[in-house]
Amino acid sequence: MGDVFVLAEHRQGELRDITLEMLTKASGIAEELGGETVAVLIGSGVDSFAEKIAGYSDKVLYVDDPLFSDYNSEKYQKVLAELIKQQNPELFMIGHTTQGVDLAPALAVELNMPFVTDVIDVEFVDGKPQPVRQYYQGKVNANFAFKGEPPYLITFREATVEAAEEPFKEGAVEKVESPLKEDIEYRRFVEYLEAEVGDVDITQSEVLIAVGRGVREEKNMALIEELAEAVKGDVCGSRAATDAGWIPADRQVGTSGKTVSPKLYIAVGISGAFQHLAGIKGANTIVAINRDPDAPIFTVADFAIIDDLFKVLPKMTEKLKELQG
Amino acid sequence: MKIFVCVKRVPDTSEAEVKVDSSGKDVDSSRFSFDINDADNYAVEEAVLIKEAKGGTVQVVCMGPADSDVMIRMALAKGGDSAMRIEDPRINDTDPLKVAKVLASAIKKQEYDLVLTGCMTNDDGSTAVGVALAEELGVPHAAMVKKLEVEDGKIKAHRELEGGLLEVVEITLPAVVTIQTGINEPRYAPIRGIRAAQKKELKVLKLEDIGLAEDEVGPESSLIELQKFYIPEVESTAEVIEGDPEEKAEIMATKLVKGGLL
Ligand SMILES: Cc1cc2nc3c(=O)[nH]c(=O)nc-3n(C[C@H](O)[C@H](O)[C@H](O)COP(=O)(O)OP(=O)(O)OC[C@H]3O[C@@H](n4cnc5c(N)ncnc54)[C@H](O)[C@@H]3O)c2cc1C
Ligand SMILES: Nc1ncnc2c1ncn2[C@@H]1O[C@H](COP(=O)(O)O)[C@@H](O)[C@H]1O
Repeated sequence: MGDVFVLAEHRQGELRDITLEMLTKASGIAEELGGETVAVLIGSGVDSFAEKIAGYSDKVLYVDDPLFSDYNSEKYQKVLAELIKQQNPELFMIGHTTQGVDLAPALAVELNMPFVTDVIDVEFVDGKPQPVRQYYQGKVNANFAFKGEPPYLITFREATVEAAEEPFKEGAVEKVESPLKEDIEYRRFVEYLEAEVGDVDITQSEVLIAVGRGVREEKNMALIEELAEAVKGDVCGSRAATDAGWIPADRQVGTSGKTVSPKLYIAVGISGAFQHLAGIKGANTIVAINRDPDAPIFTVADFAIIDDLFKVLPKMTEKLKELQG
Repeated sequence: MKIFVCVKRVPDTSEAEVKVDSSGKDVDSSRFSFDINDADNYAVEEAVLIKEAKGGTVQVVCMGPADSDVMIRMALAKGGDSAMRIEDPRINDTDPLKVAKVLASAIKKQEYDLVLTGCMTNDDGSTAVGVALAEELGVPHAAMVKKLEVEDGKIKAHRELEGGLLEVVEITLPAVVTIQTGINEPRYAPIRGIRAAQKKELKVLKLEDIGLAEDEVGPESSLIELQKFYIPEVESTAEVIEGDPEEKAEIMATKLVKGGLL
């Protein structure tokens, strides 16, 4: 009891950042609970990952089987359900990633586990873990208590903690037999399709003007283009801007888009959902223009213009042109 | 194809000040404007597109208050055939697994090939109800789907992963698919459709009508309990530019040029 389990995530031969982030976080939680951290790894030919994460956990349990050459939530669920029943962890952590959200809710239902998603922190009350999550796109926090007996299940948000830079443990690596003996028919992996490549690679841009839903209509993009021209920048945007068709899909910034690292990032009418913020961690200077003073984008901004973008932008472009001759 | 699509009415809080109410476990929503959840709007469109291509029916399912009826009628106007709305104060709607159980109970007594949900709600953001619903129904699922190809007895779902990578999976029907925004271009409801929608069936159901009891989906049955809501402390280190809009514009432009930020 008191053990904190973490599902290691990997894809296309690479360990995903969320894995070490969670193991770093889990180490602190396990200390509070008086238990150990256990990394669970499922895959095919993943010895090197097992070795790597042993440096970040007290123990690694891993299933290495050709049936797991590609991720399949239904197959993962079968392995994890067995493992959780056998090992009885106190807390089980899965990334709140496209992989985790495809898996964890079904696992929670199958095992009837107390379950909280998109957790950003874990607090302790009377020695019991209380997950913290957000509502209304980051405007409200909520604390939850687990009722009933462990194991408890959470999905943990990406990029909320920094992974330890150096290995800090020497975990024992233990291979476990896969409880799944045959392939399943009802869900089959077909292929990966890489994201389209467009004319401009925004990951290389020095100056980016990013647009969001606040721009309201396609015709208002003219204002943005003018600003971009004045600062010799490229135009990119939020998912809302991509969905609306104002910018091409390959110019979307955030978890399901690109991670950018410009010298200057000007966010116009973007609220700053965590999926967006994850993509601009590497930006040097962030200017945010938004008329909502509570918009989460201001938590990462260096300069805040709390105002109507339509009143600010024309003048700003004009002044920029004037100053630069 | 018999298709069900799950829709929720949510507040638009993108520009609203959000305040915790006196219970400490909810927010004061009296001044919010509400509409269909973003992703659900795309799910409705996808359901109607499949019906138009393959024939069949689209049934709209919603758990929520009577205020949701306007949104439900809009979905019917776009091509939905009928609707069920489940409303019962005994349901613990802060637990996504209970919401999933309620939706599953409403759906499972009927025939279905495909159930579509949004991938995430803008208010709760659990990103859990669709996949939990699949498990409750005992059918396969695919989450975060950005393209859907319907074949005979199965579908090819293009799941959108981090970085825009797509993972194509094939799942057998019946199945649950959670729809990601941007999968299609949601239509506006045609005037003719809006009139027709008023005559379509919209059943309002209580727990008993869907074969559930309070001890299955009420607060006592839940394995999690909301302790408190609070406004997070904002740790902003941003320099706030002051003045009227034109002054702000000039100050910022000057900082960019003179400060060597370009
Ligand atoms: C799995 C998943 C992956 C996702 N991946 C991404 C991703 O990669 N990138 C991404 O961006 N999002 C992503 N999202 C979506 C994300 O959750 C948000 O919905 C999205 O970022 C919101 O875009 P937005 O800020 O443009 O719009 P909104 O949140 O609607 O914000 C619009 C903002 O404009 C402001 N505004 C409105 N009018 C004006 C005006 N006149 N002047 C000034 N300000 C104004 C408002 O105050 C508001 O803050 C993802 C979601 C999911 C579920
Ligand atoms: N009260 C509800 N009524 C109908 N569908 C819902 C409800 N709550 C959630 N859903 C569906 O489940 C999806 C995911 O919701 P969530 O897990 O809360 O992020 C939504 O996009 C809806 O399609």
